Amino acid sequence: MTADPVLSCQAVRKTFHGRPVLHGLDLDVAEHEVVVLIGASGSGKSTLLRCVNLLETVDDGAILLDGEEITDPRHDADRVRARIGMVFQSYNLFPHLTVLDNVTLAPVRVHRVHKAEARRRALELLDRVGLADRAGEYPDRLSGGQQQRVAIVRALASSPRLILLDEVTSALDPELVGEVLALIAELKREGTTMLIATHEMGFARQVADRVCFLDGGRIVEQGPPSRVLSEPSQPRTRQFLQRIVEAGRL
Amino acid sequence: MSTTETPAHEDEYRPSALAVARRGYRRRQTVRSVLLAALSTAVLGTVLAVAVTGSPGWETVRGSFLSLSVARSSLPAILEGLWLNARLLGACAAGALLLGLATAVLRSLRGPVAFPLRALAASYTYAFRGAPLIIVLYVLVFGVPGLRLTGTPSVLVLGGIALVITYGAYLAEVFRAGIESVHPSQRAAARSLGLTHRQTMRHVVLPQAVRRVAPALLNDLVALQKDVGLISLAGPIDAIRAAQISSIDSFNYTPYLVAGVLFILMAAPLIAVTDWVTLRAARRQNAEGTT
Ligand SMILES: Nc1ncnc2c1ncn2[C@@H]1O[C@H](COP(=O)(O)OP(=O)(O)OP(=O)(O)O)[C@@H](O)[C@H]1O
Ligand SMILES: [Mg+2]
Repeated sequence: MTADPVLSCQAVRKTFHGRPVLHGLDLDVAEHEVVVLIGASGSGKSTLLRCVNLLETVDDGAILLDGEEITDPRHDADRVRARIGMVFQSYNLFPHLTVLDNVTLAPVRVHRVHKAEARRRALELLDRVGLADRAGEYPDRLSGGQQQRVAIVRALASSPRLILLDEVTSALDPELVGEVLALIAELKREGTTMLIATHEMGFARQVADRVCFLDGGRIVEQGPPSRVLSEPSQPRTRQFLQRIVEAGRL
Repeated sequence: MSTTETPAHEDEYRPSALAVARRGYRRRQTVRSVLLAALSTAVLGTVLAVAVTGSPGWETVRGSFLSLSVARSSLPAILEGLWLNARLLGACAAGALLLGLATAVLRSLRGPVAFPLRALAASYTYAFRGAPLIIVLYVLVFGVPGLRLTGTPSVLVLGGIALVITYGAYLAEVFRAGIESVHPSQRAAARSLGLTHRQTMRHVVLPQAVRRVAPALLNDLVALQKDVGLISLAGPIDAIRAAQISSIDSFNYTPYLVAGVLFILMAAPLIAVTDWVTLRAARRQNAEGTT
């Protein structure tokens, strides 16, 4: 008996105003696996992540978390989201709460962890990303890279089964990208299951166990990064990577 | 002017002749504008004083509006009335804030089940933002007791209710503007952590919303503090009603002036707090803009 994948998307379809964005998409993410989604802007990477986190309702198909269908409307969406961590491109930290309160909000309110225990664990996590000394500050006093690290810690604080990362470095200066990528690489070493959308091919190559190329609302090609990024078999993947290389030269 | 002070290092900065000249010019400009402002204020004040005190009716007006003895004799009753206004203001402000907040939260609910609540909240804010306060006051104070229901509250309570529902409608709109000004990504972030709609509202949206609209809320409370005086129309002896009574007793308008000054004094702290909060909010906004 093989273990259930942590996440399983089966023929997921999502339209906006009648225009299909996800076109019967299939994707499994196994435990401890890091899957990276690449694809042109508008190919539906963010939409897929938002569907998995039930921030969007799918039109058809099913999404399973640990073998349990979460797209079933009878399912309590809040309980599902509590088991999935999500990190956004624009950090979305709560500006009226200190760094520490940002991190402990969900453990205390959603998971009913004792306040002192939640603080202890939050400080431990913040210490790991080198931000324990900023715990009492408000997010707008931190740099972009520091804010994004706090956002990742906030997602980690509830010990989620799966972490979704949506272009977490796109809003950062190249110098700050490194510190966030280093953190994600470390999470990978610890065996965190992650589904990541990114435009950074170098990052994809570094952390992905599997790269999925999204086009036209489907996964056109997938495989280990060394193969998909270096010797793509599909013409559309080649085109996309070609464009990236050209843009990189500009 | 070119006397050497402490011996300068090679790289020590010394203002150039140009900078020194500019500084001198600015200083002279400042002195000039202060003098000009003082002069024009003095001229305007003199003109006003001469025009008022030199007017043909000045003696009569002074007698009927500025009589010291009448002011002194009417003050205790008016102060006692003002205490009623102050208590009424406190109760009505709390009531209107709660009602406004509850209405705004109801209007933010989603889903078909909440439709009647949404509709009710929306029609309430529409109706009572349009209705003149005096009419609401008359209807409640004179209409409701006419029903002769048992347990009808006192006129004072009914008047307070009129103030609360009228101001609640304004405050609801202010709260709603605040709720809507919180970016949807904040909700998405809160929901993605597993917070329910309620928890998101309570811990993420409302704290940010209230902070943003605090100046506008306080402004409405300043307006409310004036309007609590309208309760006098319904009979309870507040500051204005007390002024009216002593004015009739003394054939003199001075008590009204006394009541007016007392209202201004009562409002002053609230206005000061409002200005301070507004200034702070503006500063914070600017700080946000620079990062
Ligand atoms: N709420 C929405 N309403 C309407 N259309 C939407 C909505 N969200 C996304 N879309 C559309 O869905 C398509 C896919 O968007 P999505 O954000 O998933 O792309 P993406 O792959 O994440 O792109 P990017 O790399 O630029 O982030 C786009 O054409 C977008 O316009
Ligand atoms: Mg996107």
